[in-house]
Amino acid sequence: MIAIIDYKTGNLRSVENALYRLGAEFRLTADPEEIRDATHVILPGVGNASEAMANLRETGLVPSLLRLRKPVLGICVGMQIMCRHSEEGDVECMGIFDAFVKKFVAAPDLKVPHTGWNNLSNLESKLFRGIDSGAFVYFVHSYYAGLCPDTIATARQGEMFSAALKYENFYGVQFHPEKSGAVGERIIKNFIEL
Amino acid sequence: MVAKRIIPCLDVKDGRTVKGINFEQLRDVGSPVELGKFYAREGADELVYLDISASAEGRRTFTSLVEQISHEINIPFTVGGGISSLDDASRLLNAGADKITLNTAAVADPALIDRIATRYGRQFVVIAIDARLEEDGIWHVTTHGGRRSTDLELFSWAREAESRGAGEILFTSMNHDGTRQGYPCEAFARLSEEVSVPIIASGGAGSVDDIVRVLTEGRADAALAASIFHYGEISIRDLKRQLSDKNIKVAL
Repeated sequence: MIAIIDYKTGNLRSVENALYRLGAEFRLTADPEEIRDATHVILPGVGNASEAMANLRETGLVPSLLRLRKPVLGICVGMQIMCRHSEEGDVECMGIFDAFVKKFVAAPDLKVPHTGWNNLSNLESKLFRGIDSGAFVYFVHSYYAGLCPDTIATARQGEMFSAALKYENFYGVQFHPEKSGAVGERIIKNFIEL
Repeated sequence: MVAKRIIPCLDVKDGRTVKGINFEQLRDVGSPVELGKFYAREGADELVYLDISASAEGRRTFTSLVEQISHEINIPFTVGGGISSLDDASRLLNAGADKITLNTAAVADPALIDRIATRYGRQFVVIAIDARLEEDGIWHVTTHGGRRSTDLELFSWAREAESRGAGEILFTSMNHDGTRQGYPCEAFARLSEEVSVPIIASGGAGSVDDIVRVLTEGRADAALAASIFHYGEISIRDLKRQLSDKNIKVAL
């Protein structure tokens, strides 16, 4: 059973629907026991990182999430709050990934939010098994994690940033695999098979 | 860098897909879920579903349709039409919509943009602007599908919408919509300079060249079209190949 952490962050339906299409068993939960019994944990997230971090702290789940030894996947803002710090609301985050989250600076051909399909490069994890470098996935975000030793995939919008991060059993993706067509489905399937 | 997007737009009335020619004549072109899946397979980057039902019953049908779409479609989709409150937005978010478009309601109550963006994030809010270039040389914002004029001017309204929390601007020229004569590229290029959020060009595509021009000269980030796809004049796959041949980055 996959636990999707329920901490009152925007749209959880698309993650549920993606797991449903893959035939995976899942539950939306904020119950520590259910999370402990799960085989995999997904930390979704849209909207504002400092609010997401505040909501997550309010559930009291942060210490137990940090202790998990099973595969954990943060998506979008879920990934950002697994980093050290976010400029969005100047918030200390969970500190799992050794990265800082910064705001994109808009330029004539660099629209913010970074919205749409962009290529993945420098793929370095079983999470990307069967995915070719250059594959397109769907992004929508105004803040990004810089490159760091935990980076396992990159994308470029102006400068290069972390499209995915990994530290031990913790994974994070800046893009939305649940909205990234067949490529995204394969990435979620790879995660479930970890 | 992020790819330019091609977005088919599906008008939905009472649970069925229709296409408006200048918003007036409507013809039924099929099932919204099946047509959406077809476009996704064809390489559409996103889908937009506009509810043009006039009745409360039609609205309820649309919400359950949104649930069905989110179950079956694995690319982003935006829904719009008649959204006038935070409650409407919440209902559609909970049904699984990735984004909503606001048009008339945002003009009537601009703070609605702030309320929805604060709650659900900027990425959830697309502001649709229908504007008409009048003889005074000014782009006047219109509402109610182009039937009513307002005092607002396109560029200042776009800036205000962005500052209130719009994540994207979808601009339709009422002078060009339905004419299939191309887009007003100068206005699009200026819009790109005025705001920093992505711009979706809508209304006027009659050929591949029109789309090439609005994505290059017009500097739009995405092109939205309905009839050229619905009537099979060009497939999305062929269109994206041709754009790619012209060195426009698209996701293939």
